[in-house]
Amino acid sequence: MAAILVVGEQAHGHLKKATLSALTAAQQMAKQSGGQVQGVLVGSGIGTSAQELASYGITVHAVDAAPFEHAVAETHAAAIAAAAKAAGASDVVMAATAYGKDVAPRVAVKLQAGVASDVLAIAGEGGKVLFKRAMWAGNAISTVEVTTQVRVVTVRATEFAAAQKGASAGEIQKLDVQAPQAKTKFLEFNEVKSARPELTEARVVVSGGRGTKGDFKPIEQLADALGAAVGASRAVVDAGWQPNDLQVGQTGKVVAPQLYIAAGISGAIQHLAGMKGSKTIVAINKDAEAPIFQVADYGLVGDLFKALPELADAVKKLQ
Amino acid sequence: MKILTTVKRVEDYESKIKVRPDQTWIVTEGVNYRANPFDEIAVEEALRLRDANMPSEVVVVSVGPAAAATEIRSGLAMGADRGILVKHDAFVDSDGVARLLQKVIEQEKPDLVLMGKQAVDVDDNVAGQLVAEYLGWGQATFASKKESLESPEEKAKKPGLKLSADKKSVQAAREVDGGLEVLEVQLPAIVTVDLRLNVPRYASLPNIMKAKKKPIQELTPQGLSVDVTPKVKVLKVEPPPARTAGIKVPDVATLVQKLHAEAKVI
Ligand SMILES: Cc1cc2nc3c(=O)[nH]c(=O)nc-3n(C[C@H](O)[C@H](O)[C@H](O)COP(=O)(O)OP(=O)(O)OC[C@H]3O[C@@H](n4cnc5c(N)ncnc54)[C@H](O)[C@@H]3O)c2cc1C
Ligand SMILES: Nc1ncnc2c1ncn2[C@@H]1O[C@H](COP(=O)(O)O)[C@@H](O)[C@H]1O
Repeated sequence: MAAILVVGEQAHGHLKKATLSALTAAQQMAKQSGGQVQGVLVGSGIGTSAQELASYGITVHAVDAAPFEHAVAETHAAAIAAAAKAAGASDVVMAATAYGKDVAPRVAVKLQAGVASDVLAIAGEGGKVLFKRAMWAGNAISTVEVTTQVRVVTVRATEFAAAQKGASAGEIQKLDVQAPQAKTKFLEFNEVKSARPELTEARVVVSGGRGTKGDFKPIEQLADALGAAVGASRAVVDAGWQPNDLQVGQTGKVVAPQLYIAAGISGAIQHLAGMKGSKTIVAINKDAEAPIFQVADYGLVGDLFKALPELADAVKKLQ
Repeated sequence: MKILTTVKRVEDYESKIKVRPDQTWIVTEGVNYRANPFDEIAVEEALRLRDANMPSEVVVVSVGPAAAATEIRSGLAMGADRGILVKHDAFVDSDGVARLLQKVIEQEKPDLVLMGKQAVDVDDNVAGQLVAEYLGWGQATFASKKESLESPEEKAKKPGLKLSADKKSVQAAREVDGGLEVLEVQLPAIVTVDLRLNVPRYASLPNIMKAKKKPIQELTPQGLSVDVTPKVKVLKVEPPPARTAGIKVPDVATLVQKLHAEAKVI
């Protein structure tokens, strides 16, 4: 039975939540094609994360050695491809995170596989696995077939629920891989530390646009009243008002929270591509004609500097 | 130093994109075309690196129909030195593009290849990484400027990529989840660029005129011995599920009441 190999991602000794969405996608593919899900995790000192992944009832190939400490694409792709060969994988599945996007195509070349990126749904007919993906900033949804013997896919985590723990724990198999001599050296990581929830995982997101004129206090105060993550439009990030990784959209992060509040954001198609999947959308904008109102469940025409503090107060009173 | 940049001809993001009734592709009649915005950033970066490291050359490569010469010309009008068009009328998937680029790169032997992180038509975000692995080169994806686009560094048109003094490697800050990562990649290397690497210049009228005289060499997949049968076949293209507009609320109190009692999200 061919294996569907899900590639885990970890940071600070914890498995990333996005991995559990990739696992769900792998399970759906296995159901269609009759394969068996296995996992791989690459890094240095990744024991607890590997255990966490195995607790979903799958065999996890752990490539755990010093040369893999940093997620350099050349070395990680080599380790993942080695695991795919060891597992006899027909498919390799990763979340479409920065890591997944960086590494997956290199894995594909090593396995002579085609790659379907940022997959929204697993489709298919008669045992044939097909993938749905967004193109032209979400203006079109395509169904694609990867025609190669082995397939590599990255999946959009917000479109797949997190996997449930297995009835029994799986096992960890150590895999020794000779790290290739990388031409790339990790120098530093300037992490943006925040006490707020992670943007892509938050239940509520409050995003600000150019309408904030760079003053994010009202956005942050509402976010904190709601226990929400903060997001931004490209205009805000380009201006240097907020860090890059807060950008929501076609070329930034894709979010799908229970509640998305857009304040001072016009609603360009590229922004909508990153938040249209949210359950409830609220738009606050001075301009009644702003396109954001076309996707908002609740629209408030008004000044965000007045509306957001009022909203924050009302939320606090509710709690 | 020789720098190769890639430019894809894509639908203008200002154009309305509609799915064809037969669901095979999008409607292309009446749509405007332009260079992929990320690729303009790649060309801009190449020009800044060239001008800071003369003598150097910037070559613009595109894979596409004859009309893609227009996008190569727009790169030449920005200031690039010459162009290469790998002419093919039918759809080429990102893997096919990557294998064609591999051949062109093996012929041209550039020190650095700058590509966009994603083509905004297919939104794949894979071609650069594929080329790097096909060539066995290092890569830095999603390259960004450490400083903001409003910074003095950007106003002074400084490159965001830092070439080492011996010109054997390049340092790139990358936009990754949770922050900025800095990598050092040995040359030759592939760098894919993100939105915040620079603000691309507009072509001036004299440069547009000059660009008309710059050479564009034509190649073909056959000539390069590359089979461009797609590995990823597009079977169907559908419109996205529609999201309908909801209601306008008159004030914050009503909004809170709706979110609490109706949507039950707060
Ligand atoms: C290749 C490409 C990729 C892109 N990717 C992305 C992406 O991933 N994400 C993204 O967001 N954008 C992206 N964009 C940019 C996008 O096209 C828009 O330019 C951008 O989203 C606009 O940001 P904005 O809505 O904050 O600003 P604007 O369009 O300037 O809108 C500001 C809004 O604020 C309102 N306003 C002003 N003052 C107030 C006030 N006091 N109270 C309430 N409302 C107020 C105004 O009425 C206006 O509607 C991309 C563009 C390109 C070309
Ligand atoms: N047909 C093409 N011609 C030239 N460059 C291309 C082509 N397709 C993709 N690229 C380059 O590869 C990058 C990533 O594209 P993709 O992986 O297809 O989203 C683009 O930004 C371009 O720089």
